[in-house]
Amino acid sequence: MSATLGKPIKHDSGHLHVTGHARYTDDLPEPKNTLYAAIGLSPHAHANILSINLERVRQAEGVVAVITAADIPGVNHLGGPAQDEPVFATSSVGYIGQSIFAVAATSMGAARRAVRLADIEYEVLPHNLDIRSAVAQASFVLPTKTLSRGKPTQAIEHAPHQLSGQFELGGQDQFYLEGMIAFAQPREQGDMLIYNSTQHPHHDQIVVAAVLNRMQKDIVIECRRMGGGFGGKESQASLFAAIAALLADKTQRPVKLRLDRDEDMTITGKRHCFDIRYQVGFDQHGMIQGVKLDYASRCGISADLSGPVNDRTMFHADNAYYLEHIDIISYRAKTHSQSNTAFRGFGGPQGMMAIEYVLDDIARHLQLDPLAVRRINFYARAEDVHHLHPEQSPTNSASAKQRSTTPYGMPVTDNIIQRIVDELEISADYQQRRAAIIEFNRHNRYQKRGIALTPVKFGISFTATFFNQAGALIHIYNDGSVQLNHGGLEMGQGLYTKVAQVVAEELQIDLKQIRCTATRTDKVPNASATAASSGSDLNGMAALDAARKLRQRLSDFAADTYATRRDAITFKNGEVIVGDKARLRFAELVHAAWLNRVSLSATGFYKTPKIHYDPATMTGRPFYYFAYGAAVSEVIIDTLTGENKLLRTDILHDVGQSLNPALDIGQIEGGFIQGAGWLTTEALVWNEAGKLMTHAPSTYKIPVAGDIPPEFNVKLLENNINPEHTIYRSKAVGEPPLMLAMSVFFALRDAVASVADYRLNPRLHAPATPEAILNALTALSPQNSTSSQDAPTA
Amino acid sequence: MELFDLSGQLVQQAQDAPASRQTFTFMLDGELITPPPLPPDTTLLHFLREHLERKGTKEGCAEGDCGACTVVVADLHHTELRYRAVNACIQFLPTLDGKVLYTVESLQNGHSLHPVQQAMLDCHASQCGFCTPGFVMSLFALYKTQPAANRQQISTALAGNLCRCTGYRPILDAGQRMYEYAAALPSAALTDINAPRGSKPEPHALVNQLQALQNEQPSLALDYQGQRFFAPSSLDELATLYQQHPDATLLAGGTDVGLWVTKQLRYLPTLIYLGKVSELDYIRIDTDKTQLEIGAQVTLEDGYHALLKHYPELQELHQRFASPPIRNAGTLVGNIANGSPIGDSMPALIALGSSIVLRSGEQQRTLALEDFYLDYQQKDLRPAEFVVAVHIPLPQAGQTLRCRKISKRFEQDISALCAAFRLTLDTNHCVREIRICFGGMAAVPKRATAAENSLRGQPWNRVQIEQAMQALAQDFTPLSDMRASAAYRMQVAQNLLLQFFEQQADLSSSLPPTDFKQERPA
Repeated sequence: MSATLGKPIKHDSGHLHVTGHARYTDDLPEPKNTLYAAIGLSPHAHANILSINLERVRQAEGVVAVITAADIPGVNHLGGPAQDEPVFATSSVGYIGQSIFAVAATSMGAARRAVRLADIEYEVLPHNLDIRSAVAQASFVLPTKTLSRGKPTQAIEHAPHQLSGQFELGGQDQFYLEGMIAFAQPREQGDMLIYNSTQHPHHDQIVVAAVLNRMQKDIVIECRRMGGGFGGKESQASLFAAIAALLADKTQRPVKLRLDRDEDMTITGKRHCFDIRYQVGFDQHGMIQGVKLDYASRCGISADLSGPVNDRTMFHADNAYYLEHIDIISYRAKTHSQSNTAFRGFGGPQGMMAIEYVLDDIARHLQLDPLAVRRINFYARAEDVHHLHPEQSPTNSASAKQRSTTPYGMPVTDNIIQRIVDELEISADYQQRRAAIIEFNRHNRYQKRGIALTPVKFGISFTATFFNQAGALIHIYNDGSVQLNHGGLEMGQGLYTKVAQVVAEELQIDLKQIRCTATRTDKVPNASATAASSGSDLNGMAALDAARKLRQRLSDFAADTYATRRDAITFKNGEVIVGDKARLRFAELVHAAWLNRVSLSATGFYKTPKIHYDPATMTGRPFYYFAYGAAVSEVIIDTLTGENKLLRTDILHDVGQSLNPALDIGQIEGGFIQGAGWLTTEALVWNEAGKLMTHAPSTYKIPVAGDIPPEFNVKLLENNINPEHTIYRSKAVGEPPLMLAMSVFFALRDAVASVADYRLNPRLHAPATPEAILNALTALSPQNSTSSQDAPTA
Repeated sequence: MELFDLSGQLVQQAQDAPASRQTFTFMLDGELITPPPLPPDTTLLHFLREHLERKGTKEGCAEGDCGACTVVVADLHHTELRYRAVNACIQFLPTLDGKVLYTVESLQNGHSLHPVQQAMLDCHASQCGFCTPGFVMSLFALYKTQPAANRQQISTALAGNLCRCTGYRPILDAGQRMYEYAAALPSAALTDINAPRGSKPEPHALVNQLQALQNEQPSLALDYQGQRFFAPSSLDELATLYQQHPDATLLAGGTDVGLWVTKQLRYLPTLIYLGKVSELDYIRIDTDKTQLEIGAQVTLEDGYHALLKHYPELQELHQRFASPPIRNAGTLVGNIANGSPIGDSMPALIALGSSIVLRSGEQQRTLALEDFYLDYQQKDLRPAEFVVAVHIPLPQAGQTLRCRKISKRFEQDISALCAAFRLTLDTNHCVREIRICFGGMAAVPKRATAAENSLRGQPWNRVQIEQAMQALAQDFTPLSDMRASAAYRMQVAQNLLLQFFEQQADLSSSLPPTDFKQERPA
């Protein structure tokens, strides 16, 4: 029995969090000559810059340095294949919030006041934030992609039933509680250390090196912890590292750039919003015969991560369903707005929302329980696929195979969604409650309830195969204590804790003997972003590799010392048992090994096996495995105002064999509530001028404690292991639970549909704010119902 | 009403006030802190982080909306020790004068965690940890103000704290467990800090120290390179100072003025702080027993508690008004005097026929609240005039009151619109009197005159209500903004009137209407 694995071990910084002693970037001691930076931003969504006069900025009190693109020693862009994001705009600006110049001053206040004094002349140009207008004008950040299988047009035509529809799906601000911050400290000979709140230090290192015209060896990025990331700090933290570094390099003084919340939300990208259209053909049971999905997303002014985000949308158009004849088209619209970026789920949630909307519509059209329609469309069960094909390689013969391959050609051999849904349907009393709700709605004129059960199947791995690698570095000191470092970032998810559990297990030592040290680019080079839910999978395995090397060396040393066979040596509970010859404390063996000149430091490395993917054809096996889960949510709405409340949620989620159930439950609950925010209250609103009007918590409403369901039952799927050889057979848990919140949206839609006796499909857009709900209700009312399928949207 | 009996002698005193005090002092962890000269609009958060190097208190938004900066302030309030969670990010430092401050670093006792901290740790209630100190302090405030709390009360106490990681369930668990840990503390281990409310007599030493601190004279008057901060200690002194500095900014809770500094980077040359004018800190019933009088220094929290005693119908409005830290700092009169078209207090107060008392110098007048608002951010205010108090008529027999707030999020959100209805029916079931007032529908909080007129004297029935709903379209031309579209505002305004009609029978028989928030799953 393991001392740490599978146990609800507390977050390694929990004690520091509750006492206020956890240091975030802004809490680090400042050298006394530290300067403070602020960025000058574009007030126009689209304009040519005619002239830039920063004289008044330079003269402002406390200002030490002012920089524009002309002051950049290296390149003026943030990298990436497109190189389409300048650090500082030069001839034109493409959104409100784009950076044009930056200031370093003796105080934060002085810097922020100074940037408001810029005299910049603009020639204002027409701007567009509308997705479909951009598509119509062929304004794209990246080429349109398609993915097809079978003959969807014919399949739809020949199907007994057809439907088509459209809906809008809003974006979402990451709203990490700690805003973007970078603290650059010049050292010697052009060497620069930057403390950055970032999910991808190596990316920042590349960007800063290029901007400063140096090499990666000259730049060190460090991050001990973030106050939340959620994808927002995957690529976009690099802009702030670059600006802080440029100012530090110019002044040769430490420079801290900390964004105010409004600036942060104005400058940085968010979850992509989408306009989604579909056509579907299906039989009388609701089984989909053919489907066409048209995804158009607002990418903003530049490509950023929009390519892989939208690819993941396409990869999750199937969610848990086998779609034999399918046509997916993905438009990546360029608009005069923030460059949308990663956010937990990374396009996957939007991909799934479409097919769930389609199935919801089918169910109502056929007057069936939406759960029955979802069920009939599921991929084949893993056991059926394996029964037919024990070698796990599908052939052309059996029907199970035919219902087990994704549109991108990857066999789904680990499907457990039926088991999850069956168990959840019973534990959540889905059928009884659904009947009670229908009854309630018959007897209540103004308040209506709704319920929905939705599944999740989420692909785990970076779709860019080369990112699926990780490194770790472990030092054992001669007192037996251990320093653990890896390329992963701690942003609250408990990654450091899980990886330490892995090392403690492998070396059979107490967690207290292990110190997790800050993630730094000079400890583990070339590390991938901590993203795509991959943190524990990748870094846990890399740390395991390093720990095994060290254990091997210690075993070899013990075997030599005691003249015994290596396989007679066991590490157990802080001790090393050398057959029947000796029993040492771990520290004793380490000390003896050191005296005998055994290397006690090791690197570890891991690359995810089996994955391969051809971006040109969008086929292959982009994912190592899938994570599954399902949720049932019940809501109530007020039909006079659209006000609504989540009453109960039941979740059953697959984390394989949990490394740490407390942390996993934390990810599931937190992800679910975050997803519920996305689909209900978190409306992003831009005004006519293209200015984001919801740029602070006063106007942008993430869930508070009172928004969580009063009855909230969350369980991990029991007796469950990952069939793939992941770290101790666990599964990634960062992103998949967010999509469990689809159940909230579809429960709201169910409640709305009740006013037309469930006969019509409500045009409910996301987020389902009170206004969106009231609009959907209004469109269903008798005088409007004939046009409910194509009512104009507010 | 001797308070407003302005004798020449009192004015004389103010004019002859002794030389003012140029420093101020507050207590932190048993030590007296007297800050060095600083701009008076320096926030408490800035001072904690940049001057005291206390980095546990975080900045998440700098506008009092996320709670990462929550600290607890204790003061003597009508001789009782009062603990309040407040947002350090928008609290100006000199307002701490004479108070006790607790930050997250104050709670730990050597190596042992405070019950609040231990509960947070044991419940896995932190993930990224950035919001955690704020949650700890909001829970600490609850711990010091309520001897026990159920889940709903804990949730309400945390309405001003945002967490993006946990989904809140473990934090709510911690709020319950902290009381279990407190109950398990041996009485010998109880300290001023770890003793929950009611478990230990009020710490006399602390009370005495506060008494001494709060009574420090003369009044505080700071001048930092020409930027001034006055904290008059009497109403007359306030009136005189305001006359001397008619361009000064009046500061009460600072929940709006704080943002002028943190967000708009405005320079406020002169601040006059009302917090030391104890004559403005009263809640009373007038001698005729017809109205409730609430002074300008009464916090929103205390003001709403007073209102709720007479108007329990305002419970929902109270719970949804901003957040506990904002209600603890901001004042009811400040909300009124600020005069935002989306201020949540005004529709109900106008529907109830409230009036305000205004004073400028020695001149005092009373004005119907609805007449105070002229146009967007335009109020009927004379030079150096300020609001002394709001007077709210007490309930009358047969009157039905309903107030509804509509926002994207139930708690701690700004209204898309807010409606208040007050109805009196006659014996024939006809409308004897009705007052309907909306926030969020016009440039000012405004009565729906056409709708009222269409109902007054008419039978109280669905047909009349539908006519009144149409009449609302003459009363208002709402705007579209990030909170709601004009069409939604109008439709919901009309529907809220219908809802009031539908619920009126229940309301007047004093059955509570179905409280949405209390609905349980099927």
